[in-house]
Amino acid sequence: MAVCIAVIAKENYPLYIRSVPTQNELKFHYTVHTSLDVVEEKISAVGKSLGDQRELYLGLLYPTEDYKVYGYVTNSKVKFVIVVDSSNTSLRDNEIRSMFRKLHNSFTDVMCNPFHNPGDQIQSKAFDGIVSGMMVQTG
Amino acid sequence: MAGSQWELPPELCCRPMAFVALTGLDVVYNAVHRAIWDAFCANRRADRVPISFKVLPGDHEYPKCRTKRTSYEWYIPKGILKTGWMNKHLNLVPALVVLFYELDWDDPQWKEKQSECATKVEIVRTSLQGRNTKVAVVLIQKKTPLPPGEDLVASERAAALCNACDLSGKSLFVLPHTDHLVGYIIRLENAFYEHAQTYYYTEIRRVKSHKEFLNKTTHQLLFVRHQFKIAFFSELKQDTQNALKYYRTAYSLVHELRAHETNMLEIKTMAGFINYKICRLCFQHNTPLDAIAQFRKHIDLCKKKIGSAELAFEHAAWMSKQFQSFGELFDEAIKLGLTAIQTQNPGFYYQQAACYSQDRKQQAQQLCQGGASHPSTEPLDTQSGGLDFYGQRPWRQGHQSIDPPDAEKEKTGILALQIKERDVPHSELIIALLSNAVAQFKKYKCPRMKSHLMVQMGEEYYHAKDYTKALKLLDYVMCDYRTERWWGLLTAILTTALRCAYLMASVKDYIIYCMELLGRASTLKEEQKSRIEKNLIRVLMNEVPDAEPECDSSSISTARSLWSDRMSLAGSKELTIEVQDYIPFIQCKAKFQSPSFHVDQPIQLQVYLRADCPHPVSFNKLAVSLSNQEYNQWCVLESSDHRNMSLLPGKTKLYNFSFVAKTEDVGKKIEMTGVELMLGSEGRCVFVSWRGAGGDAASAHEALQAGRSSRQWGRCMEARQEPDWDSLSMQHSTMIISRVPKISVQLGHQPPALNNEMYCINLTIQSQEQGIATDVKLTAGLKPGQDANLSQTTHVTLDGSKVCDDAAPALLTDVPLGDLKPGEKLEKCVFVKCVSNGPRVFLFHVAYSIDTTVEGRQIVCKCHKDETVTIETVVPFEVSVKFLSTKFEPLDRLVVDIPFLLMTDILSSSPWPLLLDSSSLQLLAMTSNTPQRQSQLQEVVLQTGECASECFCLRCPPQTNSNSTVATGQYLISWRRQSSSADSPLIQTTVTLPHVILESIPLYIHAELPSFGRVRESLSVRYHIENRTALVQEVEMAVEPSDAFMFSGLKQVRLRILPGSEQQMLYNYYPLMAGYQTLPQLNISLPRCPNTNTHTLRRFLPQRIFVKPQGRQLDDASIAAA
Repeated sequence: MAVCIAVIAKENYPLYIRSVPTQNELKFHYTVHTSLDVVEEKISAVGKSLGDQRELYLGLLYPTEDYKVYGYVTNSKVKFVIVVDSSNTSLRDNEIRSMFRKLHNSFTDVMCNPFHNPGDQIQSKAFDGIVSGMMVQTG
Repeated sequence: MAGSQWELPPELCCRPMAFVALTGLDVVYNAVHRAIWDAFCANRRADRVPISFKVLPGDHEYPKCRTKRTSYEWYIPKGILKTGWMNKHLNLVPALVVLFYELDWDDPQWKEKQSECATKVEIVRTSLQGRNTKVAVVLIQKKTPLPPGEDLVASERAAALCNACDLSGKSLFVLPHTDHLVGYIIRLENAFYEHAQTYYYTEIRRVKSHKEFLNKTTHQLLFVRHQFKIAFFSELKQDTQNALKYYRTAYSLVHELRAHETNMLEIKTMAGFINYKICRLCFQHNTPLDAIAQFRKHIDLCKKKIGSAELAFEHAAWMSKQFQSFGELFDEAIKLGLTAIQTQNPGFYYQQAACYSQDRKQQAQQLCQGGASHPSTEPLDTQSGGLDFYGQRPWRQGHQSIDPPDAEKEKTGILALQIKERDVPHSELIIALLSNAVAQFKKYKCPRMKSHLMVQMGEEYYHAKDYTKALKLLDYVMCDYRTERWWGLLTAILTTALRCAYLMASVKDYIIYCMELLGRASTLKEEQKSRIEKNLIRVLMNEVPDAEPECDSSSISTARSLWSDRMSLAGSKELTIEVQDYIPFIQCKAKFQSPSFHVDQPIQLQVYLRADCPHPVSFNKLAVSLSNQEYNQWCVLESSDHRNMSLLPGKTKLYNFSFVAKTEDVGKKIEMTGVELMLGSEGRCVFVSWRGAGGDAASAHEALQAGRSSRQWGRCMEARQEPDWDSLSMQHSTMIISRVPKISVQLGHQPPALNNEMYCINLTIQSQEQGIATDVKLTAGLKPGQDANLSQTTHVTLDGSKVCDDAAPALLTDVPLGDLKPGEKLEKCVFVKCVSNGPRVFLFHVAYSIDTTVEGRQIVCKCHKDETVTIETVVPFEVSVKFLSTKFEPLDRLVVDIPFLLMTDILSSSPWPLLLDSSSLQLLAMTSNTPQRQSQLQEVVLQTGECASECFCLRCPPQTNSNSTVATGQYLISWRRQSSSADSPLIQTTVTLPHVILESIPLYIHAELPSFGRVRESLSVRYHIENRTALVQEVEMAVEPSDAFMFSGLKQVRLRILPGSEQQMLYNYYPLMAGYQTLPQLNISLPRCPNTNTHTLRRFLPQRIFVKPQGRQLDDASIAAA
């Protein structure tokens, strides 16, 4: 289960970012922000070779001592980042994929809301609910 | 340096090389020996064998070899690896000792010298007692040796010497001191290398042989030690593959050791050493993935082995060192050609090292607080000054029991370590590691990681109280986070920066960070913002602000005194802060109300201000500066103006300015160059300044979002009085345009224009001004900026009485028309002559001046009105010309001196009726066959599509150069539009007539016959045959019979015609049938010149004749009358 989930706009500013409340929130912000380096690199590398036939799931972006950071980029270049505790070895790649897919679906629903202005911060109870379901439950 | 406890020993990090000692060389006083030594140690490139040489005196004492143990049964090892062991084998115990001795084979004192040499060898042997070190002798000789086998004396004496010194023949070398010294030296050292390898091989065998004596319960430490030694000897032997294998075994053995709190450090130290060696060799073998895998395994195994909780910082320090040294190994491998990638580069290891150093610092701060006084006995001192075994505690060296032998000593020891840790410059270490990491991430395209690390560096500098450096770093990265709109991170950085600015009492920085922390990008809570705003107001009043939270008390007191010094300073209290690139707490957007203003309108300028801070804020001055500074005086708002100058939180305030533009500025742009807001007054003035029309680092994106928003309509509706801030747009410049002309310009004309005509355009100008329009000027003609050819083929004139010439310009400029009273009307005709076809754009520009008043100011405005019209030019008519015979048959060529017809057709293509005034021919080669009369086309009016034809009978006199084409001449037509006035000029159109082929014929024949015949009535036909040559022509003529005619006359005749004369032949034809009848054919041939084509002659003869039927007898009389 994730310890931090973030949605990043095409222009690389955060649309939504939530982390487990027990730990330093700022640290997760930095982790997500620095992971964008790898995301950008991966997007540009793929962009050159395959055009739009791109796999949305980017896989493990980079491992730190404590966390694993996974990335996913939609076709409109909105990025999803999921941070998982390194000690959590039970989580398989497939599960991460399905988490991203769920997140993407929920994000699409948010975008379909006519009252949501794309590019604004995401404020949606439904989306919150989906994210909460994927986060590590703490007390 | 205090951190050196964790540094890896240099003998571990170097590349082990075989150690060879050279004795008997006097490198100080003997030039030959010096040269030999230099040849050994200079230029040791990679292609030479890896040996480290050392010059030692002949009687050098080598480390004593301890007596060999025969049994390990009662032996209990005290530690894993002695601290001196590696150095001993690298630098103290040689693999080979070489004795240099000067001796020639034919030395006269051979015997004495031989025994001296043997003594020297013996001395070396004694000092190496018990070692397997080899000894070799090199004889330095002055003479070049003979090839082997030829010098009998040499081989005999060599054998004797070997015998005397107890050397094998392989250990005796000769070094002739001649030209090729380096070559000999290289051969020598290769031989030495072989000896050294044998030595290390036997050493490995020796260590291996111990294994059988060991048992697993008491000798666990020895298993590790022996594996390590074997591996190290293998490295000395340059057998890196086996070295790697033994190190790996040693590594797994070290983790099999029973670990407890007392020996944890020793185990980790050794594990770290062995891991270092393994990683180093893996990189050397170009298997970086193995190195990384080993390192990961190492970290995973050791991460949890913290050891004593009171010395937890030691574990962090050790971990940090592990990462750092791996990073260095990685980096070194990259320098030697390895390629790293974005997600796997040394930067990550440096970063992690820094991270552990931060942990170390934190733990040190927690653990090392108490016990400020030094313990009485220094438990960290040892007798030798160092440790016997790697990773052991100084106060209990050699103890391998689970519990510490002396609990009291243990306590003081730990305390001493804690006190020592307090003096470690942690921040320095962290910053060094971070800057290493920054350099790596810069290289591997990780700008955000780099920024993040720089923030950490800044924070570390802050902790180290180096606020200037901290601010420099934080300031540098702040803008990255600002442009990427990560407000949470920006706020965190700003908070640290604000603390730095407070602690160093940097007023300007303090104000800037306060402003941004109060702004909308800040994620601070309301109460914090409120606190910061109060502080900001204090600074503006020239008072000392309250301390920032989380600063330690000692620095706060120094900061207080710094601030009060600053505040009492008499110097300038004015500050200008450019806020364009920040996100300040006051937002500003300015706009000209319209992108353009007429010069007779006052220019409206609006400044919107909005404060995002929690409390109202008031300012003392608002000024807009414009590109033309003369207007600036109208755009200032000062506190004396009695307007409300306080901004309420979250409310938008609008300030209006207006001024009148100068008439000189017509056609120019006025731009806002900046908006300035003055905060504070008597205490300290801060000018918050925006470039251009305001806006800041975030407003562009906000405007974009506002534009996208679907809600903006609704929002506008509910709050009419206050506009939506985000969707307010800025307008930073306006055009001053001339006053709207109150004048009408009308054009009257009849398009299209006809080619070459004087096309008349009627211009009607009527003034609708209230006052008198003075100095009215007209510019008329071809609009500039069209095809350059058009200006050559267009001529404009005001004089319509005659056709203008080519000198007339394409554009008439500034034709003065005088003054126009209100309502007065003025008419003007402009004539245009277009020489080529096609569309043209004509411009009619009427300019005038008028006096007006704007807001009580009298100004003279220049106005102008432009009219443009596109006029197509077409050809008025098409002229076609035909050549015809007198029988109206088309001719393709003319015959000399024979009359022919020229027929012209003028087909009108003008949409307007044309009046043809006259036409005439200007002939060149031809002459008119008929007297010249009035033109047949005079006063003919042609409607559209109508055609006027004219016919001329011409004759062509003989040419000097006959049978070639001749120019016919020109056809001139004078015409005008029928609608134009009678006195308007006629247009002369010239049509060049086509060239025609002219030929001459030898014989000309023409017939003279009545216009018709009548059945059964005689019809006389006379043929005239002319000889046109200078020769007598013989002509044969024959008339062929015809069904329609009977005839009388010569049926076949041959006759001669003299040059230039003519023969006549008379025939009486008697028609038999009525209607058009073919005349009997006259065949003419010239027997003299049969080539002549007599068929052409037939052209001149009539072919047919109309025969009327026979009249009634009754009407005879009438026929006779006819």
